[in-house]
Amino acid sequence: MTDASMPTDTPRHGKSIMVADAHTKKRNASEKRFQAYGLAAIGAGVFFLLVLLGAILSNGLSAFQQTFIEVPVYLDAAKLDKNGNRDPEDLKKVSTFGYNPLIQNAILEQVQAAGIDTPLDKASEMKALISASAAAQLRDRVIANPDLVGETVDFRILAASRVDGYLKGRVQREDLARDKNIDAVHLDIVDQMRERGLLAKAFNWEFVFGADASESRPEQAGIGIAMLGSFFMMLVVLALALPIGVAASIYLEEFAPQNWFTDLIEVNISNLAAVPSIVFGILGLSVFIQFAGLPQSAPLVGGLVLTLMTLPTIIISTRAALKAVPPSIRDAALGIGASKMQSVFHHVLPLAMPGILTGTIIGLAQALGETAPLLLIGMVGYIATNAPDGLVEGFMSPNSAMPAQIYEWAKRADPAYYERAWGGIIILLVFLLSMNIIAIILRRRFERRW
Amino acid sequence: MYDAPHTTERDVTQTEIKIAAKNVQVYYGDTHAIKDVDVQIEDKTVTAFIGPSGCGKSTFLRTLNRMNDTIDICRVEGDIRIDGEDIYDKRVDPVQLRAKVGMVFQKPNPFPKSIYDNVAYGPRIHGLAKNKTDLDEIVERALKRGAIWNEVKDRLHAPGTGLSGGQQQRLCIARAVATEPEVLLMDEPCSALDPIATSQVEELIDELRKDYSVVIVTHSMQQAARVSQKTAFFHLGNLVEYGETGKIFTNPEDPRTESYITGRIG
Ligand SMILES: Nc1ncnc2c1ncn2[C@@H]1O[C@H](COP(=O)(O)OP(=O)(O)O)[C@@H](O)[C@H]1O
Ligand SMILES: [Mg+2]
Repeated sequence: MTDASMPTDTPRHGKSIMVADAHTKKRNASEKRFQAYGLAAIGAGVFFLLVLLGAILSNGLSAFQQTFIEVPVYLDAAKLDKNGNRDPEDLKKVSTFGYNPLIQNAILEQVQAAGIDTPLDKASEMKALISASAAAQLRDRVIANPDLVGETVDFRILAASRVDGYLKGRVQREDLARDKNIDAVHLDIVDQMRERGLLAKAFNWEFVFGADASESRPEQAGIGIAMLGSFFMMLVVLALALPIGVAASIYLEEFAPQNWFTDLIEVNISNLAAVPSIVFGILGLSVFIQFAGLPQSAPLVGGLVLTLMTLPTIIISTRAALKAVPPSIRDAALGIGASKMQSVFHHVLPLAMPGILTGTIIGLAQALGETAPLLLIGMVGYIATNAPDGLVEGFMSPNSAMPAQIYEWAKRADPAYYERAWGGIIILLVFLLSMNIIAIILRRRFERRW
Repeated sequence: MYDAPHTTERDVTQTEIKIAAKNVQVYYGDTHAIKDVDVQIEDKTVTAFIGPSGCGKSTFLRTLNRMNDTIDICRVEGDIRIDGEDIYDKRVDPVQLRAKVGMVFQKPNPFPKSIYDNVAYGPRIHGLAKNKTDLDEIVERALKRGAIWNEVKDRLHAPGTGLSGGQQQRLCIARAVATEPEVLLMDEPCSALDPIATSQVEELIDELRKDYSVVIVTHSMQQAARVSQKTAFFHLGNLVEYGETGKIFTNPEDPRTESYITGRIG
């Protein structure tokens, strides 16, 4: 790009420096060109980033909103508690089938009371409007508080996925012919309910904190439990990869003799960093599950696999951070009679800390977004319906992870899951962003000048 | 003949040998960096190592506190005794040796910590202070020995790296002195300093001679003439000439020394 050789035939003496000569002009032009290339590259990068963010937000934000129906439900004592003594054990005997008619009745009454014009007049015909999860939610509430039986309670019911899709523009009237789940008559009701404020979209915390649901109930699905799975995996990765990685790097960088063996280890670590993550998955399957007998789909196993995957990243960045500490600091410590170990732990390591932390958090962030190895150890496609109770359960009981959950949603047939996959990506990105911010803050805090 | 600009008073009555080196060979891999060096360094004396760059002054200096151990490819042969004890003996822990033989480096290298912590570090790891007041005293004494106390006494907890180059180097000397060594090795301690800072450090070196055996590597012949009582001239890994500084500069025996001093080699 730059021209080092000067043309020998141009006599430079006696020329005014007020006029740029041809050589200078050429040099300046090439410099400008180079800057333009750089700007163009950055511009393209920013453009694609914006497109990506725009796509994610426009597709995913709607997942955080869900359509709800507010309805007063009469909890008929004759149906729910035949003995009349409000005994929770008795109440548990009534399955969700006992609650469904109550809810459907309530909706029908509301529709009729609001004067909504519809040919439908049977309670069971309201079924298409409400989520299949509503009965279970109502039942949970009654079992938790038996005194509600016999009362009329205000209940916020998740609308059916098709109704939600209709409000979000995903379900169009033109497509109804091919849709077995909803028809024009029901959508007429929805339109009128919406006009009267009986049915509306609202922020859905269940999407953030709830559990995944079966294929037929996208409106109920949430990423919360998978988030816990990711959390427990990250605990494993942090607890193993950070100490092992840092110890290995310190040994390799500061103590190991320079011979063919350390060279071999070095080459292997660099190569491990480039090994496709699915290979680590199959390694985890055969070593941790088949050989060591650890449970399938457990965050512990996921964490172990991700630890293997993260180690090279942490080792490489830690070694770079250690290398960047000026050798004069080591000399200074050794020169006043500090041992190698003291010079490393008192002086070198604190100076390398910002780099180590950054590397670790980047490694963690990579691990957090990793999906492929989880496929092989059964953390994809498993639906955990409850949050694990306690730490041991958290590590050992089957679970999924955020990226695995996103993948799972993305491959489901119902288009309602499509928006949830994008919504999951938003949550994952929020996590990655916060981790990066933490990395920056830690780096600032630990950074010292010398 | 080179005329020394200012000759310090030569103390020729001191003859107690601190360091005795015999047949010392140093190799870096296949490079023979120090060839068959014999030298006897006296106590309470400043000994200067001079010679053209690359002749092995630093290498030889670093054999005296076994800093060369940290270089994988470096190999030392021969016999080096401090107070009659072989420092390359298997029983010698180099870490312990370095507490006894302090070192000051070419580039000032204070730790990125406070001035106080810089000086206190050595006494702390060697357990020289029983309590905080003790440590405070050691730090103050060392900083006074380093001739920097007056400049830093009001900001002991400011970072050592915030000082000027000359102050940093005197801080490093104070740090080396704080561990109460018996020998002080200095590898071109003034090469990164301006003339004023240099003369301050030179004065300090002359002071230190009262308590220590000081060995200083320098590429400046004026400096050697100003601060040292003994001078060793190295050339291509050989110790060519060693003797009273006054004699080396006024009446060298070896023609190579003469050429170097008069500026024909180097
Ligand atoms: N770490 C090292 N590895 C290999 N060779 C070295 C190393 N340090 C010094 N040398 C070699 O040893 C010789 C003497 O170097 P040095 O002692 O630094 O000279 P001086 O300090 O007199 O300038 C030089 O030829 C140099 O190239
Ligand atoms: Mg040198």
